[in-house]
Amino acid sequence: MFIKNYFKEVFSAIRSLLKGMRRTGYYFTHHKEIITQQYPDNRDTLNLPDRFKGEVVMPHDEKNEHRCTGCTACELACPNGTIKVITKFEINAEGKKKKAIDKLVYHLELCTMCNLCIVACPSDAIVMAQTFEHSVFNRSQLTKILNNPDSKIMEGIE
Amino acid sequence: MWSLANITNSIHEALNNQFSAGWALFFEMLMAGIAVISLFAILGLVLVLMERKVSAWMQIRLGPNRVGPKGMLQSFADTLKLLVKEGLTPGGADKFLFNFAPVLAIIVAMLLMAPIAFAKDFQLWNLNIGVLYVSAISSVSVISILMAGWASNNKYSLMGAMRSGAQIVSYELSAGLAILSVVVLTGSLSLNDIILSQQNGWWIFKGHLPVLIAFVLFMIAVTAETNRAPFDLAEAESELTAGFHTEYSGMKFALFFLAEYVNVFIVCCIGATLFLGGWMPFHIGNWQQFNHIMDYIPSSIWFMGKTFFLIFLIMWFRWTFPRLRIDQLLTLEWKYLLPIGMINLLVVAAMAIGGWHF
Repeated sequence: MFIKNYFKEVFSAIRSLLKGMRRTGYYFTHHKEIITQQYPDNRDTLNLPDRFKGEVVMPHDEKNEHRCTGCTACELACPNGTIKVITKFEINAEGKKKKAIDKLVYHLELCTMCNLCIVACPSDAIVMAQTFEHSVFNRSQLTKILNNPDSKIMEGIE
Repeated sequence: MWSLANITNSIHEALNNQFSAGWALFFEMLMAGIAVISLFAILGLVLVLMERKVSAWMQIRLGPNRVGPKGMLQSFADTLKLLVKEGLTPGGADKFLFNFAPVLAIIVAMLLMAPIAFAKDFQLWNLNIGVLYVSAISSVSVISILMAGWASNNKYSLMGAMRSGAQIVSYELSAGLAILSVVVLTGSLSLNDIILSQQNGWWIFKGHLPVLIAFVLFMIAVTAETNRAPFDLAEAESELTAGFHTEYSGMKFALFFLAEYVNVFIVCCIGATLFLGGWMPFHIGNWQQFNHIMDYIPSSIWFMGKTFFLIFLIMWFRWTFPRLRIDQLLTLEWKYLLPIGMINLLVVAAMAIGGWHF
């Protein structure tokens, strides 16, 4: 019994090592698998993964409308106070007061790209962009207002 | 036909015509020394670049690609950097031993070059106990590592050196048993005789499964003996910073680095000589036509090709396998490699007596 287990161990060890060598051997011979980006050289054709987290942006459609309801879920979710939602009250067509955002202030210099605000957002108003060249000469330029001036909330987003 | 042996013979004749026999021998030794030193330099440059490229491609990276065409000159740049760096000796270190240890590592590597046949009739020293010489000298390399670790007066260095001592002393046994199985089949300790015995096929093919097992054992044991990953417990970057060469810098560090790569080259030379027929071309039994075509490829190319194949294999091991803990390392040697090696040696001996090989 002992002898049988001994040889079983040796053979399974050799098999698993060979499996590993097969994988690295495959990578060694298939150079098209290489994932290194030669960044400053290929700036124009840079190919980033879909889930790359560069900065938080708020997409607007062609009518300059966004999806943010001003619920402040992102502000509450943020662990280090990166997002400040400044709300205002708008009077809509039916004469009712409705909460809307005045400004969504985003401090890029505080952001750790943790993605919690995007997860927390109930109406998918904010997303992570793939831009990552953020260096500026003045720190105040890193404080961004995500909603465009005069932008409105999209119809039907509650 | 073009061969290295012709060149050495013509040099020998020219020197003997010009000078007396003693001076001719002196010049020949000088030239051999220069040849070995330049081989060391070239090996250092080539193997470091090869290691970095192989590791990069295995890890889906690009590797060095900036210095020179396709990054070919990267190791030149590294060498230049190491040459101009300060070779610091720590205050608490034993100065003589500290400075002597890297030199000893290189001396051992140089001594091991002597009995290796690089091509047909191209050998520094045709020794009739070449195999014994190689296994004896290669065990001296542990002294340089222990010396470096002790003289550094640093706990990381000392721990690395002690681990390396345990490792090299253990793995020498199974390397020795693996080498012995070929010696048993050949009946000679001379590396030249071993190569000549593989005229009609290399031992790895002629010796059936037992020699194949011996080859695998040999490759595992020499990987451990040269302190390379997955057995790099002497350096142990993750827990001992750099192990025995933590305190070394500049050219002294470079000598250790060079000694490691040259040792890899030498053990691969020995492996190629014992199992893959050294400079002997690939011959299949009595197929005269095929053997004749194979003979056209120069013997030095055969030897280098086999050696670099084995070096690639060792690099492949390094960049695939996970590292072992020190207790796992010793378990592998004493509970697996050594018993298998001993039983395998018995089988090989029975095979040699019965003549059950081709």
